[in-house]
Order: sequence, then C-alpha cells, then structure tokens
Amino acid sequence: MAKTTLTKKINLYGWLFVIPAALFIFVLNFYPMVSAFLLSLQTGRGNNLKFAGLKNYARLFQDEMFLTSVGNVITYLVIQVPVMLTLALILASILNDPKLKGKGIFRTLIFLPCATSLVSSAMIFKSFFSIDGIANTTLMGLGVLQSPMSWLTHPVWAKFVIILTITWRWTGYNTVFYLAGLQNIDRSVYEAARIDGASASRQFFSITIPLLKPVILLTTIMSTNGTLQLFDEVRNITNGGPGIATLSISQYIYNLSFMYNPQFGYAAAVSYAILVMVAVLSFIQIKVGDKR
Amino acid sequence: MKQKHLATIATYVFLCVVCLFSVFPFYFMIVGSTNLSVDIVKGRLFFGTHLIENFKTLASTVKLGNAFWNSLRNALANTVASLFVCSLAGYGFQIYRDKGKDTLMGLLLLSMMVPFAALMVPLFRMFSQARLLDTTAGFILPTISTAFLIFFFRQSAESFPMETVQAARVDGLGELGIFFRIFVPIMAPTFSAAAIVTFMSAWNNYLWPLIIMQSQESQTMPLLITGLTAGYTTDYGILMLSVTITTLPTLILFFTQQKRFVEGVLGSVK
Repeated sequence: MAKTTLTKKINLYGWLFVIPAALFIFVLNFYPMVSAFLLSLQTGRGNNLKFAGLKNYARLFQDEMFLTSVGNVITYLVIQVPVMLTLALILASILNDPKLKGKGIFRTLIFLPCATSLVSSAMIFKSFFSIDGIANTTLMGLGVLQSPMSWLTHPVWAKFVIILTITWRWTGYNTVFYLAGLQNIDRSVYEAARIDGASASRQFFSITIPLLKPVILLTTIMSTNGTLQLFDEVRNITNGGPGIATLSISQYIYNLSFMYNPQFGYAAAVSYAILVMVAVLSFIQIKVGDKR
Repeated sequence: MKQKHLATIATYVFLCVVCLFSVFPFYFMIVGSTNLSVDIVKGRLFFGTHLIENFKTLASTVKLGNAFWNSLRNALANTVASLFVCSLAGYGFQIYRDKGKDTLMGLLLLSMMVPFAALMVPLFRMFSQARLLDTTAGFILPTISTAFLIFFFRQSAESFPMETVQAARVDGLGELGIFFRIFVPIMAPTFSAAAIVTFMSAWNNYLWPLIIMQSQESQTMPLLITGLTAGYTTDYGILMLSVTITTLPTLILFFTQQKRFVEGVLGSVK
C-alpha cells in the first residue's frame, strides 16, 4: 500500500517535470497552427475578417506571386541542397582520414561560418556582390568583366548570390553531422577494404555513403525544411528582387501580413502551403531513404 | 606511389581553398570595419585606421548600446528559461518514463516539422492582443520550449544511472532535489552545450524580432544591421563594423567552446 502511494507520488512528479515544456509547445506551436488553419478560411483586410471557405486556397493557384515564390524556392532547393550536402560529405570524409595533418585547424575553419548569423552573412555577401563591391573589382581587374556587373538586379545571378551565401553558411554545419556519423563507423571496415584493394572513391561510394544513410537522410530533411522556410538571406540580399525573381514563400507571407494592408487570412493559407510541402517532402525523403 | 602523392597534395590544396572561402568573409568583415566606405568600395583588403571614426559614426546614427543590450538581455533570458524548462522535461521524460510520457514526447517531436512561417501570423495576433510586442517576454516565449532541446536532454538523461536516483531517494532527497543537486551538476557539460546553441540562435534570431520588436527602443542587433542598408547609399565601413560587433560574441563562444558547440549542434544525433 505504502509502496503504491510512493510510486504514484513519484509518477506525479514525472508529469510535473514535463508539463511546463509541453504546455509551451501546445500553446505556442500547436494552437497557432490550428488557428492559422481557421484563419486561412477567412478573407478580408486587417482584423476585419469573414468566413470564406476554401476561397483562399483556390486563389493560391491563380496567384502569380505565390507560384513564382514556390518556383524560386524549388530552384534554391534542387540546386543548393545537393551541392552543399555533397561538398559536406566530401569534406567530412577527408577530415575523417587519420593520416590528415592539421585536422584540428581545418575542422575549425570549415565549421567557422556556423558562428555567424544569417543576417550577418547576408550583409557580407551583399557587399561582395554590390555594384561597387569586391566581386566586380576583382573580376574587372582580372579582365573577366569589362564593366561592373549588376549581380543583385539580375534574375539569375541574384539567385546565384543567394545560393552561394546559403552554401557558405551551412556547409560546415552539415559537415559536423557527417563527421560525427563517420566517427561511428568502425575503422577496420576501411582497413579491410583497403587490403582488398578498394580505391578511395570505391570506399566512399561502397562504405561511407551506405553507412551514413541515416545521417544523410536527416541532413536532407533539415536542409529541405530550412530552404522551404528561407527568409533572412532573401530579405537582406535582394528583398525578393529584381521584381519578384528571388522572392521566397516565407517572405511572401511576411509581405502579405506585415507590409501594406495586412491580409492575414490569405497569408495563413500560403503558410499552410509551406506546411504541406514540408510534410510531403519529408515523407517522400523518408520513404525513398528507407528503400535504398 | 607518385600518383598517391599527387592525390595527397590535391586533397590539401582542396582543403586550403575551402578554408580560404570559409574564412575570407570574416576577414573582409573585420578589415572592412577599419576602413572608410570609399576605400572598401575600391577593394581595399588591408587593415585601415578608421575603426574609431567608423565607431563614432555608427554610434551617432543608431542606438548601438541599446540594441546590444537588448540582444544580450533577450538571448540570456531565452537561454536561462529554455534550459530550465527543457532540462526538467527531458529529465522527466527519461527518468519517469512510461507509455503516456512516451506518447506525449512523440507528439511534441511533431512540432519540429511545423515551419515557423505557418505560426507567425497567429502568433503575432496573439502577442499583440496580449500586449507582448516590444517586450523580452514576447521575444523569448515562442522559443523557450523546443522539442529539439527536450529531446537532447532526454537522450543525455539516458546515461544518468537509475541507481543514483534510487540511492538518493533512499537518502531522503526529494524528486526536485535529485534533479537540482545531482543531475544538474553531473550533466554540466550537457547544459553548457545546450546553453551555447540556445544563446546563439536567440542572439541571431531575425524573423520573429522583425515582427514583434517594432519600436526603436526594443531593436536588437540583427535588426539594427538591416536598418543600416535601408537608405539610398550604404556606408560599408559602419555596416561591416556593426556586423563585426554582432558576430564577435558568437565567434568568441565558438572559439572557446568549440567542443560544446559541436555537441549542441548535433543535439541528440550521435
């Protein structure tokens, strides 16, 4: 009898420990998620809203700005994520080589960009590629360019600058994950492969990649989520321009809600589009990752 | 054998190029803060003598001290609150583990999939109704409890021996006492790893403060930086100085606590 009351008391404590954190997440994550959905069924300006059913969702498919922002984000995604993850994977396998000298310094320098904020990195790269920036000065000095190039007002080059900035900021971050994954692989596996005469690239494709599959899956999902939610870089490097050529979905939601006359209902519908894309893409990646 | 040498050399060259690419923006930012805008534009890449001049200009154009203090206060408050709430929960989920709590943990993990963009509109409306705009509480509330940190502490608590808990109970220590007097001191490295990543992400947070920190008085460093480029011409000297000032605290944390930083980034992935 005494024992059961003690267990009950202890169990009660367990709940007391977890409830504050759970409440925060319910009130500040799950509740707004539900209310965003309810909001997405209403139209109007400012706080003057009325029920409109699925009208906002129908509007999505005819909204050129929305469709362009989705296209832009998908462009960032399909170019940036594979390039960055491949680079991170190569760097991690080089850094994992026990014979590499100066490993500590190389590792520190490769991780270094993680120590800066997205806003700071955006500002630095924006300065590089401004009309009077160092990119133009250097390329003109080398004779590659005759006159200064207007990187940030060119629809393709502006995207390039954004992709370069994201790659700079996040490659080291992903290398951290791969390096941790590689350190879990028993070195004797590589020894055995070497004795069998497997080349470095063969070892990379036949040992490293298959054994790192869970980590690769994780980083792919994280990077996909991050890119779908891209905001800081786009807002600070190009502000979505030229025109809407670099606009991201998050920035579009921000503009709809907080610039000009707020359209909260429609903004909420756009935000649900991101939510659905995140869910669908993660689901596909997990399914594909499981099969391989 | 010769081919192998070439491959080794190529590897080092590749690493050096990557490291150069990684470091150059930092060099540019620091050097830029010591040069005048006109020289930066001309492509000057050496240290100049205008650091103090840039600082004076920056301090007279914007409320630098105020923004720095806002960033520091918000980030510290966020870190303390997050560590308290999430470590309690992580410990609770592991030490008092049962079916109900496992289900709840699984549910909380789903929140990691919810993009912030889907929350910002309702959160903004909630916070403006609750009069939390321009406040530290408003800044930190959405990021106090994260599934990432809870899970991180839960995984760390896995290595905390149950016998220790039982022995402490026999010794008459209460449940909260076990947590504060035994778990927290033993897990100090986990707490510092969690503190570093939480501090850094709060310090660097941009989108949420952009939405709710609307007055000049409540502006944080990232908002201050972006404000500097709002005009027609940008003074690159003071822009780079403000970027340097904002990056310095996180850079120092990174260099002095790299091991903990990496642990924090990895979280529960091991």
